[in-house]
Amino acid sequence: MYAVLALVAGVAVGLFVHPTVPDWLAPYLPIAVIAALDAVFGGLRARLDNVFDAKVFVISFVANVLVAGFIVFLGDQLGVGAQLSTAVVVVLGIRIFGNAAAIRRDIFKA
Amino acid sequence: MTVPGPERPRQPDSSDPRPSSGPATDGTPGAPGAAEPAVPEAESTPASTRDSTPPATQESTQESTQESTQPPTAKPPAGRSTGIRVAVAALCALLGFALVVQVQRTVSGDSLATARPDDLVQILDGLQRREDELNAEVAALQDTLSRLRSSGASSAEALAEAQRQAEALGILTGSVPATGPGLSIVIDDPEHRVPPEVLLDAIQELRNAGAEAFQVGSVRIGVDSAFTGSAGAVKLDGTPLTAPYAVHAIGDPPTLAAALAIPGGVLDTVRRAGGTMQVSQSDHVTIDVLRPPRTPIYARPADG
Repeated sequence: MYAVLALVAGVAVGLFVHPTVPDWLAPYLPIAVIAALDAVFGGLRARLDNVFDAKVFVISFVANVLVAGFIVFLGDQLGVGAQLSTAVVVVLGIRIFGNAAAIRRDIFKA
Repeated sequence: MTVPGPERPRQPDSSDPRPSSGPATDGTPGAPGAAEPAVPEAESTPASTRDSTPPATQESTQESTQESTQPPTAKPPAGRSTGIRVAVAALCALLGFALVVQVQRTVSGDSLATARPDDLVQILDGLQRREDELNAEVAALQDTLSRLRSSGASSAEALAEAQRQAEALGILTGSVPATGPGLSIVIDDPEHRVPPEVLLDAIQELRNAGAEAFQVGSVRIGVDSAFTGSAGAVKLDGTPLTAPYAVHAIGDPPTLAAALAIPGGVLDTVRRAGGTMQVSQSDHVTIDVLRPPRTPIYARPADG
């Protein structure tokens, strides 16, 4: 599946490139990664449910990342950035777990 | 890196979702428009043919086109489907890239460099508080150290002084041995006519002359010593003495000898009683008989 290949390729590029993360992005990168992971798990689940829509995936991916980043940004402006980051991670983690459970049921039928 | 060159095909179709993609990547600190770095997808574009779930199909043909790969049926326009797939691949690559970058950043351990200002302030506060506490502890410990040092010095001094006093008092009360210049006297009494008063006079004469420690026979003279008995059966503190009586005294030898030789003094008294007395001066008289120290029963030290 080309998405997996792309993922692997991205990991490889990241390993070889060693980029430096700009300061303004540093607080948002982990949140963005978590949000993107959520989107990917959602897409995988949809894929296994045969309701995968690439467009939906792309839009949800981008929207997830943007919303998560925006929430954290807002939290930083309000002075509760750390707490909101935790909240976002918790919510996304719950969603990831839910999707993972659905994927597990799809694959293992259990 | 991340040269978006080979990704031409997606441009026309998926241009709308593209510019908004969030997780901006490596070095481009501009807007978070992140789609461009998704390089490695050029080769994955041929895979589009094997993937079977174009956007339109999912509701209708759920079961038919499930897993992957097989049916190269491209119902929607191939360009659009390819563009979407490229977008998906780009996003996945982006995710992998960002994931690795973040992990490397975390592993590199430079957490302070990326912490928020609020967190930094909190960390700094904590460190300063800790520093204050440690400084206070250092000051307290140094205080204790200096106090212990001074008290140790002064207590050693007090101990030495107390020891000096104890030795002086011990010599006076007869509880420690003593040595020094003095006299050795032998009073012989062949006729058993020397009464205890003569011996007492001799001791008192020596004490008046400045003698500091005495021994008569095998008895050390203390503050409560007493000669009792009668001539020929003299007792000192209950211990019978037999002539010749040996008396040792520590003091200035010539002074002590002169005190004994005063006319009408001890020497004359002994002679009148029919006895003899030899006095020998010595630079080293040793008195090693001890008196057991007495603990006062009623008297207590009174303050000031």
